[in-house]
Amino acid sequence: MPNNIRGAAAIVGASLAGLGEAPGRTSEDIAIEASYKALAEAGLTTQDVDAVFGSLPGDCSPLSGLLMAEIMGIRPKFTDNNRTGGSTFLSYTLMAAMALKEGLCDTALIFYGSNQRSNTGKLVSSVRPFLYEAFYNPVFPATSYALAASRHMHQYGTTREQLASVAVAARQWANMNPEAFMRGPLSVSDVLNSRMVSSPFTVRDCCLVTDGGGALVMVSAKRAKDFPKKPVYLLGAAAATTHMNIMAMADLTETAAKDSGQRAFQMAGMKPADVDVVELYDAFTINAILFLEDLGFCKKGEGGSFVASGAIAPGGSLPVNTNGGGLSCVHPGMYGMFTLVEGVRQLRGECGERQVKNAQVALCHGNGGVLSSQITNILGSEATL
Amino acid sequence: MSAIQDAVFNGPGPDRVYQEYLGKGEFRIQRCGDCGKQVFYPRLTCTGCGSIKLAWVRPSGRGTVYAVSIVNRRTEKGGPYNVVLVDLAEGARMMGRVDGVDNEHLKIGMAVKAKIDSSGKAPFVVFDPA
Repeated sequence: MPNNIRGAAAIVGASLAGLGEAPGRTSEDIAIEASYKALAEAGLTTQDVDAVFGSLPGDCSPLSGLLMAEIMGIRPKFTDNNRTGGSTFLSYTLMAAMALKEGLCDTALIFYGSNQRSNTGKLVSSVRPFLYEAFYNPVFPATSYALAASRHMHQYGTTREQLASVAVAARQWANMNPEAFMRGPLSVSDVLNSRMVSSPFTVRDCCLVTDGGGALVMVSAKRAKDFPKKPVYLLGAAAATTHMNIMAMADLTETAAKDSGQRAFQMAGMKPADVDVVELYDAFTINAILFLEDLGFCKKGEGGSFVASGAIAPGGSLPVNTNGGGLSCVHPGMYGMFTLVEGVRQLRGECGERQVKNAQVALCHGNGGVLSSQITNILGSEATL
Repeated sequence: MSAIQDAVFNGPGPDRVYQEYLGKGEFRIQRCGDCGKQVFYPRLTCTGCGSIKLAWVRPSGRGTVYAVSIVNRRTEKGGPYNVVLVDLAEGARMMGRVDGVDNEHLKIGMAVKAKIDSSGKAPFVVFDPA
């Protein structure tokens, strides 16, 4: 496997925008605000960008890379609108690193913005109902994930309480993050007694519906130290896809994260024990359990007891979703971007009360579709090169 | 094109053929003439070996519930209903609904039998406890 991508490019700007509610603002406005702020961190402006990677919600232009370039008034050499769902941002970093390394571009902007909460009040998905599933009226996408949870519970004895402990840990982290949308106490029984959506999930097993956006600026490693912020290097990245619709997922208890994780670790020359902080796409509570198992942080089938032990909560052995995750911090529809921004901030040491001490390696993991696309990024500080 | 390609790539596509069988009261899935894999949903190429020799066969209709979720629809809109994934005895998996069983008694591993629900605009396959 070629390994010359490891450390070839770095993130030198990272920002969030419009978290929670951004009434009166379009998805493009939110994406531009995040982009402006991420570029400003690096001492750059929109006019320095020569490669654009990004997505806007399904109700915006599907050609969002063209639209964003037009809004910024730039003529990119490289534009990528790849859509694999909420995981796609972790593919943009890999594509950008490859393009930067080969000299196809110099300054890559990765953007996201969504006003779904203020605009519609519900999840805006770019996925249309699938003919062979629509007859049965599954709630999209909750029922698809609920089916996976039911299978995990059947096969491994995972309990609703264990699922709920993922949401509780996320809330405990959110309570240390002033930017998180949902803060305040949350107990396992609060989660269990909330409104049932699609069993075994109550509304507190499901991600938030918020506005929000983010942006990243990437340059080649050669230039990475020329910018004000500590560079965060892409050490490993890999993507894997198993299906699109849940009925076509071969084993609902094992995701493609097993494959993407193995290859990302291989590229980084690392193993799970080397990771200081984990940011993963917790669209539903079962996600954290599945991904922690599949990425190798615990054995298959033991994810439930692992999360219920307090391991992923503040003070636990493995800090997971330190911003509060999609369950308590932000979820504008495609959460992958937020795993990266929080990973970058942790490695820069900017996270205040929730800062993981001496964090040098962050694993960020994106999920797209209904457990369909899995993309893993391993980020590292300069010390890890 | 070869004769087999002519037959597969001309005329109504697999979604249409599947629906036409259902309209005649027949539940059919595809079986690969080369590797024997049972394929559902309907396709042009075999998901096991890539062959286009997919023949329309009658499955036994017998299956096992693989996963289940109860959607909590409001009472005034009809109340909660089930959504399941069913592994057909022949090997293919499909989404479905199980009739004639209380939601709390609907369990993974339960044996079910396919039937055609023609009450809506287009007929589709649902299940009864076997």
